[in-house]
Amino acid sequence: MWLTIVRRTLTAISGGAAALYGAAVSAEYGLNLPRGVTPISQDAYDLHMLVLWVCVAIAVVVFGAMFISIIYHRKSRGAKPAQFHESTLVEIVWTIVPFLILAGMAIPATKALVAMEDTTNSDLSIKVTGYQWKWGYDYIDDGVSFISSLSTPQDQIYNRQGKGDNYLLEVDNPLVVPVNKKVRLLITANDVIHAWWVPELGMKKDAIPGYINEMWINVQEEGVYRGQCAELCGKDHGFMPIVVVAKNDADFDAWMQAQKSAADADASAADREWAQDELMTRGENVYNTACAACHQVSGAGVPGAFPGLVGSPIATGPIEAHLDMVMNGKPGTAMAAFAGQLNDIDIAAVVTYERNAWGNDTGDLVQPSDVEAAR
Amino acid sequence: MSTATTHDAHHEEQRSGLMRWVFTTNHKDIGTLYLLFSLLMFMVGGAMAMIIRAELFEPGLQFVQPQFFNSMTTMHALIMIFGAVMPGFVGLANWLVPMMIGAPDMALPRMNNWSFWILPFAFAMLLSTLFMEGGAPAGGWTMYPPLVLQTGNAFPFLIFAVHLMGISSIMGAINIVVTIVNMRAPGMTLMKMPLFVWTWLITAYLLIAVMPVLAGAVTMLLTDRNFGTHFFNAAGGGDPVMFQHIFWFFAHPEVYILILPAFGIVSQVIPTFARKPLFGYASMVYATASIAVLSFIVWAHHMFTVGMPVTAQLFFMFSTMLIAVPTGVKVFNWVATMWKGSMTFETPMLFAIAFVCLFTIGGFSGLVLAIAPVDIQLHDTYYVVAHFHYVLVSGALFSIFAGIYYWLPKWTGHMYNETLGKWHFWLSVIGMNIVFFPMHFLGLAGMPRRIPDYALQFTEFNQIATVGAFMFGFSQLIFLIVVMKAIKGGEKATAQVWEGAEGLEWTVPSPAPYHTFETAPVVK
Amino acid sequence: MALGNATTLTKLFVVSLMMFGFGFALVPFYYKICEVTGINSGAEQVLVKNTQVDTSRWVTLEFDANTNAGMPWQFKPAQRIMKVHPGQLVQVDYEVVNTSDRAIVGQAVPSYGPRRAGAFFKKIECFCFTPQTLAAGERRRMPVLFVLDPSMDKDVNTVTLSYTFFDTGAQAKTTELQKDLPRG
Repeated sequence: MWLTIVRRTLTAISGGAAALYGAAVSAEYGLNLPRGVTPISQDAYDLHMLVLWVCVAIAVVVFGAMFISIIYHRKSRGAKPAQFHESTLVEIVWTIVPFLILAGMAIPATKALVAMEDTTNSDLSIKVTGYQWKWGYDYIDDGVSFISSLSTPQDQIYNRQGKGDNYLLEVDNPLVVPVNKKVRLLITANDVIHAWWVPELGMKKDAIPGYINEMWINVQEEGVYRGQCAELCGKDHGFMPIVVVAKNDADFDAWMQAQKSAADADASAADREWAQDELMTRGENVYNTACAACHQVSGAGVPGAFPGLVGSPIATGPIEAHLDMVMNGKPGTAMAAFAGQLNDIDIAAVVTYERNAWGNDTGDLVQPSDVEAAR
Repeated sequence: MSTATTHDAHHEEQRSGLMRWVFTTNHKDIGTLYLLFSLLMFMVGGAMAMIIRAELFEPGLQFVQPQFFNSMTTMHALIMIFGAVMPGFVGLANWLVPMMIGAPDMALPRMNNWSFWILPFAFAMLLSTLFMEGGAPAGGWTMYPPLVLQTGNAFPFLIFAVHLMGISSIMGAINIVVTIVNMRAPGMTLMKMPLFVWTWLITAYLLIAVMPVLAGAVTMLLTDRNFGTHFFNAAGGGDPVMFQHIFWFFAHPEVYILILPAFGIVSQVIPTFARKPLFGYASMVYATASIAVLSFIVWAHHMFTVGMPVTAQLFFMFSTMLIAVPTGVKVFNWVATMWKGSMTFETPMLFAIAFVCLFTIGGFSGLVLAIAPVDIQLHDTYYVVAHFHYVLVSGALFSIFAGIYYWLPKWTGHMYNETLGKWHFWLSVIGMNIVFFPMHFLGLAGMPRRIPDYALQFTEFNQIATVGAFMFGFSQLIFLIVVMKAIKGGEKATAQVWEGAEGLEWTVPSPAPYHTFETAPVVK
Repeated sequence: MALGNATTLTKLFVVSLMMFGFGFALVPFYYKICEVTGINSGAEQVLVKNTQVDTSRWVTLEFDANTNAGMPWQFKPAQRIMKVHPGQLVQVDYEVVNTSDRAIVGQAVPSYGPRRAGAFFKKIECFCFTPQTLAAGERRRMPVLFVLDPSMDKDVNTVTLSYTFFDTGAQAKTTELQKDLPRG
């Protein structure tokens, strides 16, 4: 393994060094904090610029003095060492002056911090739940909820396919919020600690299992804003992005209506019999977003880590055991309980898909009504 | 041999071969062991850093799987902090504290032997987890529950390795305090002690105060996982955030444990090569002490995003900003020491000057991070990674380099190769800046830390950082060569070695004899 | 001098032992601070004195329910939103179903948004006071009865009451690590 690492590193370096001087590899890069689109992010930006320039000014003075003495007070120029070694006045001055500068910075910082923590008078509450490794969103007032997971294909991550513009920063179901509304976000987690962060919204908060944290955003421009999980949460910590779409009121209401009617449609569709290819198409989608990160798109799993599903005793054995595994998970392993994350149709579809894809041709069909019965 | 000695361990026959090193109670031998161990761990931790940087050279997963990547970041941190930097400083203290205060040896020589020999076992245990089912610990060196409880078979090894490291450092620290308090030569009053001794005295007190707290915290993790306690488990009335409070109550003073001895080394080196006494000796001592005291009331600035009440956030923001005052005093004092001196620029001085510049940059980014609303944006991003590497690489590590180049002639009796030393310096200082400066931009632009793969807009700066990392990494081989050459031979060093050097350690011949100051010198 | 060394050594050794103890002492200390500042409260029963209903203002209550990883229960509030006056007696029901085929003991952990509101929830009855055991497939409706203390800060007008159910029986066992070994 080590040899391979060395060899690949060498090729990567030679290739990459060329790339450095060649064409730009990717999208534009940033040098500074984004100004962002919320009052909080703009406060943070202004504070950062203030502190940065104060630091630059201090640096010019301190490093200036140091380099003057490095240049002029050197032995090779015949400098004779002075013997002074203290000066109470100077020492008091350079203790008090920095203190005053700091006090000057603390005032705007305090104001910004107090504003950040003021979650009162919000227009809308959304609960954000961190899972290993995806996000769940619940619109508390409207009863709409969904899971949002990475939509970048595994093939792009493993370099078998070119990378898209929003590589690793794209999800299947983005969080949608109205612009110019104070949106209160309640953050919690299902398993380990995560942190929800979108730089342009200026807010980051830890998602802690068993506790809810509050924060608020007030997005002032329509647009799509991307962020990532910012607290180490295990294997796929780097693969659980956040996408927020800010819409104007009319578009937001329309989106909310569409969500509600889709939920209603699913609710009524759960009662009817589903055909095999319907279930297979839907199942493939569900599988690729909910299962493929571990069990792989090919169903082969990762030897020693995640069991393969091709011809596996669960995927080709009794349907009840398979359903139980998907719905209730397997305690003591990474296999999560999906009963609370997926609806009846999705569970029926994904189980059907797993039992019939990749040559697992069991021919079994699982209907949403079977899932409901198992609940 | 002298007759006026009270130390039984002192007159043991010097054994030969390997046994000399296993049973040694001589502070110089033990110092050497610590330094060599630290060098070895520096190479191991460095190799892990190279794996991390290689994987981050391009977007996509090229070399390692995410779980192994997380193991690398976790192990890199644990090894560099507890295996490279801390033993490096303890090695310097072992060699120099007795010589600087005119003592014949450390106060507790047998415990000294123990505190070193625990370390190889601790790290063998930690490194063995790389080959275990479930892999090495991958929950970060901060070991936050519940994530760390998902560690596989490596978990108890991690906990016991941390316990052993803690016991070793506590024993080492106790030894240093006892030596400094009880063994000073007549006339060596506290305010005459060299600054390196002062900073180590304060560091040792910090170690005694906080390492046991870490031991307590990891013990709670162990009992939570294996013995059914609920310290950090919400279901049983615990709170995972409490671990973070206890951990950072240890880990913030720990950060100063990693930097205070560095202040001491730089305060020895700069006056020597400026040929001028240290400016503001007393204020240096007071500044060090106040940094140590402040370190106990700033811990939660690592936790601005966990959802603390706003008053708590304000308190920790103000106390953190306050640390800039004594730290500033130190930097001003160093600059004032150089001012109107008669400077020469041998390798130790170059590293000391680089320390002052680059540590100050790390201090500036620290001030930026102290501002809570800005920290909330930058927390857990590469900006933080840039910040603590400026403080720990160009801070702690460069000071250790400065110290080694400075005292190497005293230890080996030979001058090191100045040309190679300068090459090592310039490649290191340039490489170090190429790795870590772009990380400020990455963090500001929104790249989280501890991720094995990243979005495309972060590509350029990551590539630059990786190129710099390999440059920095490989230039450390020059350092190995310099040290080996100086051990083998080279120009004979005089007792004073450096024209401007002052202090008791420069009054004994080079190489320093196996036993020094068996008759206490008289300090005027 | 050797005697002096032994004395100093002993003192420092005792200090380090005390600091080890101090690490553990931080635990009750932490909870005391949380209690004083009103964080993490509300898991205990409170006897409410006859309080005055403050009809001059409305507070919007949001009810939220979560289950922790590997907890095969479905858990939701019967009603998501309610407008109340501080001081008024409030009852809200939560519904819970054990979807697994074994009996499970769960413990609900309360949490509040904003945190400081927690201190003002005076609970008379709550399923979070004790662990709840649900047989396989059992469905249960559980009430929470509380009064919102009228002394709650005037600027707080939306409060979320959230519960997370944890599996108590599974605590001894923890999730095994994903065995993702390095390849390459």
